[in-house]
Amino acid sequence: MSALGKVVRAGVGRRRLQSLVMALTALISVAAAVLAIGLIETSRAPFDRAFGRQQGAHLTAEFDGSKATEAQLRATADTAGVAAAAGPYRVASVRVRMPQMPAGDEGPALTVAGRADRAPDVDRVDLAKGRWAKAAGEIVLDQDAAAVVPIGTKVRAGDVELEVVGIAKSAGRSADAWMVPAQLAELDQGRAPAYQMLYRLDDAGSRADISRGRAAVAGALPAKAVTGTQSYLTVKQDVDSEAAVYVPFLTAFAVIGLGLSVLVVAVVVSGAVTAATRRIGVLKALGFTPVQVGRAYVAQAVLPAVVGVVLGAVTANLLGALLTDEVAATYGVGTALIPLWVDLAVPAAVLALIAVTALVPALRAGRLRSTQALTVGRAPSPGRALLVRRLLGRLPVSRPVGLGLAHPFARPARTATLAAAVAFGALAVTFAVGLNSSLAAIQADRQRTSAGDVLVQSGPGGGPGEHVPAPGAEPQKPADPAKVAAAVRKAPGTKSYFGIARTEVRVPGATGRTTAIGYAGDARSGAYRMIDGRWFRGEGEVVVASRLLQAMDAEVGDTVTLTDKGRTVELRIVGEAFVLDDDGMAVVMDQADQRRLTPGTRSSEYHVTLRSGSDADAYVAAINDRFGSQGVHAVKGDSAGIRSSSIIAMQAMISLLAAMLVAVACLGVLNTVVLDTRERLHDLGVFKALGMSPRQTVSMVLVSVAAVGLVAGAPGTLLGVALHHWVTPEMGATAGTRLPDATIDVYDASLLALLAAGGLVIATLGALLPASWAAKSGTAKALRTE
Amino acid sequence: MPDPLIDLREVTKTYEEGPPALDEVSLAVHPGEAVAVLGPSGSGKSTLLNLIAGLDRPTAGSVTVDGVRVNGLSERASAKFRRASVGMVFQFFHLLDDLNVADNILLPAQLAGMPRAEARDRAAELLGHLGIARHTRAYPGRLSGGERQRVAVARALMNRPKLLLADEPTGALDTASGADVQALLRDLNADGQTIVLVTHDMALAAGCATRTVELLDGRVARDVPTAVAS
Repeated sequence: MSALGKVVRAGVGRRRLQSLVMALTALISVAAAVLAIGLIETSRAPFDRAFGRQQGAHLTAEFDGSKATEAQLRATADTAGVAAAAGPYRVASVRVRMPQMPAGDEGPALTVAGRADRAPDVDRVDLAKGRWAKAAGEIVLDQDAAAVVPIGTKVRAGDVELEVVGIAKSAGRSADAWMVPAQLAELDQGRAPAYQMLYRLDDAGSRADISRGRAAVAGALPAKAVTGTQSYLTVKQDVDSEAAVYVPFLTAFAVIGLGLSVLVVAVVVSGAVTAATRRIGVLKALGFTPVQVGRAYVAQAVLPAVVGVVLGAVTANLLGALLTDEVAATYGVGTALIPLWVDLAVPAAVLALIAVTALVPALRAGRLRSTQALTVGRAPSPGRALLVRRLLGRLPVSRPVGLGLAHPFARPARTATLAAAVAFGALAVTFAVGLNSSLAAIQADRQRTSAGDVLVQSGPGGGPGEHVPAPGAEPQKPADPAKVAAAVRKAPGTKSYFGIARTEVRVPGATGRTTAIGYAGDARSGAYRMIDGRWFRGEGEVVVASRLLQAMDAEVGDTVTLTDKGRTVELRIVGEAFVLDDDGMAVVMDQADQRRLTPGTRSSEYHVTLRSGSDADAYVAAINDRFGSQGVHAVKGDSAGIRSSSIIAMQAMISLLAAMLVAVACLGVLNTVVLDTRERLHDLGVFKALGMSPRQTVSMVLVSVAAVGLVAGAPGTLLGVALHHWVTPEMGATAGTRLPDATIDVYDASLLALLAAGGLVIATLGALLPASWAAKSGTAKALRTE
Repeated sequence: MPDPLIDLREVTKTYEEGPPALDEVSLAVHPGEAVAVLGPSGSGKSTLLNLIAGLDRPTAGSVTVDGVRVNGLSERASAKFRRASVGMVFQFFHLLDDLNVADNILLPAQLAGMPRAEARDRAAELLGHLGIARHTRAYPGRLSGGERQRVAVARALMNRPKLLLADEPTGALDTASGADVQALLRDLNADGQTIVLVTHDMALAAGCATRTVELLDGRVARDVPTAVAS
């Protein structure tokens, strides 16, 4: 091994703690950065590849066949801005009942296109299994709609039996199923025909481009001919959002990690140079050149960083594989690995940053003159800010506390780095606490439809605790909804209740079916959180989910026409709500309006608020005893909600990253205090020789750091709040929704005070070990230290 | 004869490697004595001083100072013992460079919790007595070696310790400053201060000690009145 190599190895070996801290910070920053960039790439790539290969439709539009002819629709292919088009295809919403579904369940409403050609100029659908439909009686299902249905399965659409001949995938989600046009026409008999056109646009990079394309097509046709459109950007966002929603906070953590990396490397290397000034003098006296000395100190930082960087990249890939599996499976691209270039470029960039950070103090080491280096520390120096320190020394506190308070002023640069480490830690904690609170609020909002003390559900697809008949038993006889409602109303424990009915309607701006949630009764306790506008007050008003509102390109105050089986209702949009049900594609209204669209609609669930002192268990048992065998089941409100696994995963990851960053911040403090304690070993020996007790020594060291922690905690906390207020809406945007203010404003004064005190905790935790080392250091040996 | 202020009985101190630094040393120092401990490098002089001050613990034997069994004390009790009973002066002064002269001198009193006014009066008294009052607000870096050692002596005497320990107090001083410190120690002893000083300097021992103990390879080779030693 060369002389330089030996010096580097000895340097790393002597500074095991500092090397560990550098490796850890590099690990965290690389893991978060690789994961963030990797997720962006990985989540985007499968959709982009499939969409490009299929020549997917940028704009999928549905038309009212009574207002525009097939020829007029075909002519829209020549509209300015349209690059290519396919269609018109007959399209209809058809309930398709799978064999395993319980009696009375007609199955989900699928958007079915009548299309003879699987691969026209636009939307060349991939066949995952089987073949394309060639004749009447055959149906091809979309992979999302029927991933596990075997080829050859007989399904029913009303009275018509259909054979599943293929499973296909349209990247742009143009339809849920396909059949030959004649078969669809037969199924859709008696209704005004609806048609679908698929367009590729010259410019389709933004929502504005898609809006322009939609306007151009609509302008080429008679008024109100367009009944619904879907942008590929909405689909892409839906596909990407599962993984992409992680990106904003991972990016933030990566930036914090990088900041801490730079800080810790700067502290460690400059500390190493300061502590080893005499050693540098000796090296130079022995013949080391300035360049060799500089290289030695850069290498001492880079070596442990390499270990951290490699481990960070491995960690990111393991976590990334877990998060992107679903996206990969959707598009059949196997495991969605983080791209190799991300695995190489990000660690290389972090290493370069660390090397550059280390270079500055290393160059200082290289430039030191041998004689200057050999004599450093022998001449007494009073240090800096003497007046401030003297004034602090006069405070009516014990002398060790006074000395501790004054100490930060002696080494302002070191105090600044210590403060920065604490601030980063406080920032990470504040950010993580805020994110987790926001996610908890979102989780609570997801469960808003389980508001109340008791939830009574009737009809198919119940919920937890649903009564399931034994195999071979007679199918359940559904309960009469009126009797269920009456039972709830008359139950002695009922204080108030509201009912909810779910139906499917068509909304302009969204293809396929949209969920309509109709409320009956006192719904205040079950109201979704509003983002804009207000909750509906009665008939004629509707509240729209944020994501759907964006897809509709509408805003609060507009009027929307809802359609179902030829019936229409015009409602005024009075609010934008934070609704995550049905992927955020839902409208919320009064049940009376819902019945105008879909006659016979009755509440399928009741949310009951009990009178004070009522026994919820007894209430639940009474309902289940009476209606349990008729497909009705009741549960207590607090057990009705289902927690989102994505949110749980995000909360776990946020907590883990924050804990790691706080650990690094503490290690940064520890590292600084160790360095400081080593330098002050002689002074500590003097103090102890003069009678300073171990407890006084510990309090002096802790006070010197705690004061900095207290001061640095406040700006760190404020930065954490600012970061949270910036990142959280971004996360909402990646998921396609705006967020209510209450989800973002999660910090109250007491929480902020607590978080600001976190700086004190981080500083104290980091300084505890070196403070006890200082107290235990041998006085006689310390006094021999120069 | 009063009880000894320092009573070492068969004290042995062994470090991890090598022969014992002190080997079954027994020594008694009575109040008012000024004992010079002489010996070549590695003879165990500084180890002896550290054991008396409670800065280190013997491997065997007992060290009793002012009636306190020093080798049985906890770290905390040891610190309290030093505050109350021992003042120390070092070869390289060991003043705190970031505290001015007054603050350096006040430090032991502040650590001991002496009332402020009393501490200030005592510091002023020492500053005047040792001839360094004009340097009260100066920092140690601006003082000569002799002045720094005077500050160190003042600091050592702040809590009125019964015992003053001095480790090579003139080792880092020029001849004139060394003579100045020697005279100071002699005057202090004349006022009744018990002193144990470790030195290579025969002239210092002769000038201010009443008794000379010579250590060789960790053992007491000679223990005689200074007049005989010189």
